[in-house]
Amino acid sequence: MAEFVSLAQGIEAVLSDGCSVAMEGFTHLIPHAAGHEAIRQARKRLTLIRMTPDLVYDQMIGMGCAERLVFSWGGNPGVGSLHRFRDAVENGWPHKLEIEEHSHAAMANAYEAGAANLPFAVFRGYKGVDLPKVNPKIKSVTCPYTGEVLATVPAIRPDAAIIHALKADREGNVLLEGIVGVQKEAVLAAKRSLVTVEEIVEDFGPRNANAVILPAWTVTAIAHVPGGAYPSYAQGYYKRANDFYIAWDKIARERETFLAWIKANVLEKGPDAFAQHARPSRQAA
Amino acid sequence: MTATPTEMMTIAAARLLTNEDVCFVGIGAPSAACNLARLTHAPKITLIYESGTLSTRPTVLPLSIGDGELCDTALTTVSVPEMFRYWLQGGRITIGFLGGAQIDRFANLNTTVVGPYDAPKVRLPGGGGAPEIAIHCGQIFITMAMGSRAFVETLPFITSFGHGTGKGDRAKLGLKTRGPTKIITDLCVMEPDPETSELTVVSLHPGVTREQVQAGCGWPLRFAAELAETPAASAQELAVLRDLHIRTKQAHGVAA
Repeated sequence: MAEFVSLAQGIEAVLSDGCSVAMEGFTHLIPHAAGHEAIRQARKRLTLIRMTPDLVYDQMIGMGCAERLVFSWGGNPGVGSLHRFRDAVENGWPHKLEIEEHSHAAMANAYEAGAANLPFAVFRGYKGVDLPKVNPKIKSVTCPYTGEVLATVPAIRPDAAIIHALKADREGNVLLEGIVGVQKEAVLAAKRSLVTVEEIVEDFGPRNANAVILPAWTVTAIAHVPGGAYPSYAQGYYKRANDFYIAWDKIARERETFLAWIKANVLEKGPDAFAQHARPSRQAA
Repeated sequence: MTATPTEMMTIAAARLLTNEDVCFVGIGAPSAACNLARLTHAPKITLIYESGTLSTRPTVLPLSIGDGELCDTALTTVSVPEMFRYWLQGGRITIGFLGGAQIDRFANLNTTVVGPYDAPKVRLPGGGGAPEIAIHCGQIFITMAMGSRAFVETLPFITSFGHGTGKGDRAKLGLKTRGPTKIITDLCVMEPDPETSELTVVSLHPGVTREQVQAGCGWPLRFAAELAETPAASAQELAVLRDLHIRTKQAHGVAA
């Protein structure tokens, strides 16, 4: 049953050195505040799993939290490179980063297989391309009914899943809407989970019957962190800070500017720093 | 008004789209082209972004494939596994729009690495949705600006499959989709040759010479026997495109 905790307690509870973690959110609801807390707690040797590493993993990789990265698209959306990710892969800074690379379809299927308690995912993909030559986990299976050869990848079963959601109610149920990505699958595939939320409400009240709801008994811990997705966004609360995604290109390009930014904005700050980015939904344009 | 080469690329790509198309849209030039088509001659075109937004009608171009604008203006939004399983793999998409860092003469694309995979000179973002977009959509349009580092003789890595080493390679893999049928660049439009699938220049944009196009390509290019000239951008096309870029710039401080 979900426990209400502070962000620091939540990270301590679900994330230990050397574990695998999926911090998901497809452009929307990326758990940036949780990433900052992992950096503050100096987590090491993590296997970081995410379809799009985005700024959250660029920051954690640059701070040496990651030993391994499982991903399918490692860019700054609409802007260009993730410079800390590139520096790790190209130059081994701050240390060597092992990578396991997939396509989006493969990772989405692998999360679903994890949630469904299956050992692997099967799909039609990876035809004619080089990724299977460099990723030995990509294999194939022959359909017993048609004889068609299909691609397979192992299910994703992370030690921990960390997501940001819109609301939790007092019982610890979690609600997300909008672009819901693979968060439900990531939480259900993981051994334990931390959810940061914009808002804690008495009761969800009238809602769409098909909203994504994670019942309290599927979640380990919930931390109230308003603005915790910034510079990603929370539908109905605040918009994606596209200007920050653009600014990140310059901040992260050099090691010195990156480290100075982390010191001022992560190491010397706490989760409260995110609150300034949260606005009541009625004011969100 | 005269179109810049990049505007001409976007406009030439937009003209290929129709009201009947269901398009899987990538960020950048593809997104601009698809929305230009929607705002001009193809108001009923269905645009799908891989974040799960179906039939979206953004008023500004998104910076990412998952901007809130896409969800706010979508008919509905599905999860990412559903997007890739039911809609893309399910064969519901008629046109996939791709770009890339590098392309070869059979329209295979590289967006993964320059140099060896294990010790890359440049680590690019990787495939994302592209490897499966390339095989599941009815046909593929590619938009890329020309340059001899982008249009290369040999790719260091094949991220998404075009026509392999020539005609028949797609069929050998069991693929029933057409693969890349149009490559829209800032200088010209290319199509795979019906006999060999090698890219052939079929139309030059206004004022562009064969020499200019060849200079932007790392292999000796083939030109169609009857080489057309791309019709110049109309005042309406340019006005709508520039207006879209101005709105986009105001919305997030950059032209997407």
